[in-house]
Amino acid sequence: MNGYLPALIAIVTREALRFIHQRERFVAALVRPLVWLLVFAAGFRAALGLSIIPPYQTYITYETYIVPGLCGMILLFNGMQSSLSLIYDREMGSMKLLLTSPLPRWWLLMCKLLGATAISILQVYAFLAIAAIFGINMPALGYIAALPALVVAGLMLGALGLLLSSFIKQLENFAGVMNFVIFPMFFLSSALYPLWKMAESSELLHDICALNPFTHAVELIRFALYLQFNGPALGWTVLAACVFTTAALWGYSPEGTGIRRKG
Amino acid sequence: MTGIRVADLSYSYGAKTALDGVSFDVRAGAFCALLGPNGAGKSTLFDLLTRLFVAPRGRIEIAGHDLAKAPSAALAKLGIVFQQPTLDLDLTVRQNLSYFAALHGLSGRNRAQRIDQVLERLDIADRMHEKARTLNGGHRRRTEIARALLHDPAVLLLDEPTVGLDAASRAAITDHVHGLADDGTTILWATHLADEVRPDDRLVILHQAKVLADGLARNVSGDTSLQEAFLAMTSEPA
Repeated sequence: MNGYLPALIAIVTREALRFIHQRERFVAALVRPLVWLLVFAAGFRAALGLSIIPPYQTYITYETYIVPGLCGMILLFNGMQSSLSLIYDREMGSMKLLLTSPLPRWWLLMCKLLGATAISILQVYAFLAIAAIFGINMPALGYIAALPALVVAGLMLGALGLLLSSFIKQLENFAGVMNFVIFPMFFLSSALYPLWKMAESSELLHDICALNPFTHAVELIRFALYLQFNGPALGWTVLAACVFTTAALWGYSPEGTGIRRKG
Repeated sequence: MTGIRVADLSYSYGAKTALDGVSFDVRAGAFCALLGPNGAGKSTLFDLLTRLFVAPRGRIEIAGHDLAKAPSAALAKLGIVFQQPTLDLDLTVRQNLSYFAALHGLSGRNRAQRIDQVLERLDIADRMHEKARTLNGGHRRRTEIARALLHDPAVLLLDEPTVGLDAASRAAITDHVHGLADDGTTILWATHLADEVRPDDRLVILHQAKVLADGLARNVSGDTSLQEAFLAMTSEPA
């Protein structure tokens, strides 16, 4: 069907317009990782010594270490933000408009996912630019090499948001996502500390971190920023993206429960 | 030719039955009012007609296309005005229509022409560059009807489209939509207001998940007003 492309352009444009109309969202998305980078990391620099671990070939500052994790944080929070806006769309009725298009539902939802991911990546690059201004630089080509990693990680986390939105019945229930999804995913990962540090404290926690798809998304970005390829991280991230996307598409299918409401 | 065919449609939310063996046909180009009190099952019927979800039992055809077997073909023939406002208030009227047109695969010059045509038809061409937020309720509804007509649907569903509008806006929108039926579009107009139904309209009364009456409005109402007949029918358990 030749209507696929116009729909993709329209949905991505609408996501972009919505983002432009919500400047506070852009500021919040940048301030959050910058606070971590400039305040949290400065405070913990002395406490958290880092040995040389791949992909790093020299000792690095803690600020440098957490930059990929904070890129992941932006993608994670944006994935959840898009989930929130999907629930809002459903409550306001505009989701019905989307889902009654004659185009396949999977394509419409993929367009939503692509639009949200594109906006997330723009924010990541804005963050990396500010970090560079503060002297936290990556190899120049790393900024380009990181793009495909950011796309894969963004799609995976966006798909998680899509999945959550298909199961959350009301906007009020979204607060639980913060406690039960965002915080565990972020803190039980390699975003803030390398996994060997976690293993020193608890093998169990280390194993949980190693299973967390967010860990692999962060490592994929970290290696790409230093022009290295991390096959296992890519594999785990793609696998998680496929699982989340499949489950989300089921949730939003006419047979699923994503759009159904009682009454 | 049949515009809408609903056969033996049933749906439940857990233990609560929303639709129970509902069947009716609307011929192509007819205006059919779906009248029912709040909670009769009208919105559930619309959600099934638009394939937002599927019923475990029953069959729906839109302009000759089986909604279960050929959903894309059926939805391509369907225009929908939901009860809930679905305009993006931060976009202009034209941007709202353009977005929807793209969801139906319209692009380029064809899209622009269709937008101009439907805005003219609904008498809101002069508001096309205004944000939806600045429109009054009547104009928002007209915009939604214009949007639903963009892809030239054979069947138009309207779920309580006059809710919250003043008397003048209600009358204007009712007239517009009757005009669309005169031009050949099949209309299914859900309402709980008997005064929106004209004597020559086809009428289906839905109450407590079942069809209570089906026929020309003048025949259903008999010697009394439709309002009185409707209240008499729905004041007793089905």
